[in-house]
Amino acid sequence: MDLSDLQEIAQKENAAAKPMRIRCCTAAGCLSQDGQALKKALDEAVAAEGLSDKVEVVGVGCMGLCSQGPLVQIDPDGPLYEKVTPADAPSIIASLKGEKCKARVGDPTIPFFSKQVPIVLENSGRINPERIESYIAVGGYQPLCHVVREMQPLEVCDLITNSGLRGRGGAGYPTGLKWATVAKTDAERKFVVCNADEGDPGAFMDRSVLESDPHRVLEGMAIAAYAVGASQGYVYVRGEYPLAISRLKTAIAQARRLGILGTGVFETRFDFRVDIRIGAGAFVCGEETALMRSIEGQRGTPRPRPPFPAARGLWGYPTVINNVETLANVPAIVRNGAEWFASIGTEKSKGTKVFALAGKITNTGLIEVPMGTPLKTIVEEMGGGVPDGGKVKAVQTGGPSGGCIPAERFDTPVDYESLAQLGSIMGSGGMIVMDEKDNMVDVARFFMEFCMDESCGKCVPCRAGTVQIYEILTKIREGRGKPEDLEVLRELCDMVKQTSLCGLGQSAPNPVLSTLRYYRHEYDAFITAKSGKAEAEANA
Amino acid sequence: MTVAPPEKPAEAGKPVAKGHPSGDNRFKMLEATMKRHQYQADALIEVLHTAQELFGFLEMDLLLHIAHSLKVPPSRVFGVATFYHFFSLKPQGEHTCVICMGTACYVKGAGNLVAAIERQCNIKAGETTPDGKVSLITARCLGACGIAPAVVLDGQVAGYQTPESLTEIVKGWMS
Repeated sequence: MDLSDLQEIAQKENAAAKPMRIRCCTAAGCLSQDGQALKKALDEAVAAEGLSDKVEVVGVGCMGLCSQGPLVQIDPDGPLYEKVTPADAPSIIASLKGEKCKARVGDPTIPFFSKQVPIVLENSGRINPERIESYIAVGGYQPLCHVVREMQPLEVCDLITNSGLRGRGGAGYPTGLKWATVAKTDAERKFVVCNADEGDPGAFMDRSVLESDPHRVLEGMAIAAYAVGASQGYVYVRGEYPLAISRLKTAIAQARRLGILGTGVFETRFDFRVDIRIGAGAFVCGEETALMRSIEGQRGTPRPRPPFPAARGLWGYPTVINNVETLANVPAIVRNGAEWFASIGTEKSKGTKVFALAGKITNTGLIEVPMGTPLKTIVEEMGGGVPDGGKVKAVQTGGPSGGCIPAERFDTPVDYESLAQLGSIMGSGGMIVMDEKDNMVDVARFFMEFCMDESCGKCVPCRAGTVQIYEILTKIREGRGKPEDLEVLRELCDMVKQTSLCGLGQSAPNPVLSTLRYYRHEYDAFITAKSGKAEAEANA
Repeated sequence: MTVAPPEKPAEAGKPVAKGHPSGDNRFKMLEATMKRHQYQADALIEVLHTAQELFGFLEMDLLLHIAHSLKVPPSRVFGVATFYHFFSLKPQGEHTCVICMGTACYVKGAGNLVAAIERQCNIKAGETTPDGKVSLITARCLGACGIAPAVVLDGQVAGYQTPESLTEIVKGWMS
């Protein structure tokens, strides 16, 4: 297998493509809305109309606009249909012959689509994630071939460093630097781990990438492995994502069969094997040291850093751990160059970021925008604001480790530094929109309950502190709070933040602190309501 | 007098896939998974996943069997099995209703769904009805935020649920 073989596969695939393609979303969101039956109905309708030699129905990954799913797009230049049911299928196929279609037509020019800059999601919703040929046909695996055949490992590290790519898992550590650290260590074994334990509630970017374009992630991993000198990789996927796991398994088997993974990648002396490890439902396993323990078959408890995984990782060997989205950026950087990537985004945050828009918002789904895009553009223009004329109150980013950003601050550009300044974090990319009906004390309590349940119990500040914070919040919520409770709350948060062992504990107080900062009056309201009630009772 | 030879002579030094004394065929399948991982202790979580798939839940006897096969202390197997939410040490009901309590589902009223089913079945989240018909489980996030609030009914994801629509389905299960 070499470049010319790849090109031959691509040519064959493109030549076999029929003049008209009907793309039908088969990612988890649309599948649960009868997507499988829809695809079958479309196939049958094509056969019934006798169009089988001209039209093909392709099951593709996520097209982004999940709230209007299942989505169907006709190529080339055909309409986009929304909320399609299997009953609509004959009408859609008949419309190819010029008849009027009964299915709801969507508008692909709305800001939700037009303001996106797809890099990570460039193939999502376009290619068939279950066929490697489909990925190769759009130029896939050529970057890997180029890297292993024509570049030195350190050159690859330099390329990634120059691109300015930072970790998309939330912390934003420069990826090139991480790779170079591992590349320079001298160890007999090294590992590459893809962190697909997307535990933040409200985030589904990584699931979507794995379901829509699994080969891209494998290619990123293989490039990382070549750069650092690893020959074994693991993808650690959440057990809650069965479809992502099955597509990944298929992808690994296909790549191995073509000699793209396994022994002698692209007939070079570089070997790379990938195995899947399935998570078992522990949020803390998204933390890198806990994740490694889980791969080793143990309880997923974190350990202090340093030593960082780059020095002592899996089984004590140097290990690169990158998030799904980080790795999915890599093939594009190799193909288009570091300067191209660095030209997108802001000074310190390069490239794009995929966000999962959900909650009280009209257009729920996945978007990819350049770093530095203001929140206002994302929530109001692209997301379409709150449905039924409601008003956006805040947007929650970063899951249980992040914070709530009030609507008044929506002119903030989204990058790692600006979000941190507002007391939130970029996190993995979940954005939950809340409206005027959502009480912020409830929101803080919701996240604290999450962290309390998910605390692994290894260190005291997190194990006991989260329980205490939760109890104070419950007390306030039930109208039993005293004014001095807020001071205790703040002190407790500070203690948990400063003294916890891992990221889970250190960031657990963020939802409370950020709501206290911007919505103090909602806390006060519960407290004064109570004293008001007590006074009224005393007077009676 | 002759002694009948054992059915399969054991090869020296190689672990042999033995059935469980109970004769339950599922143990053979579990054995195959452990063999594929060369009985390495590192594979414990993978083995537990398989065991739960085969048996539905992890009984104490099963955990001891795994500990023995992988040559790890039972305390470690028990520790791992109880650490992860995915592993259940109690049998599940005939039907399972998993309600997503991720943030998106939460702001769209997943809490009301849980309350409605708790009332209907007279159990708390995480419990099974005494007649073994229905288990109510809450999940962290299914990643199906686009169709919030989402539930998983007997393994099938369903979106846009209301307390009314959900209790109607569960009512069918209970009759």
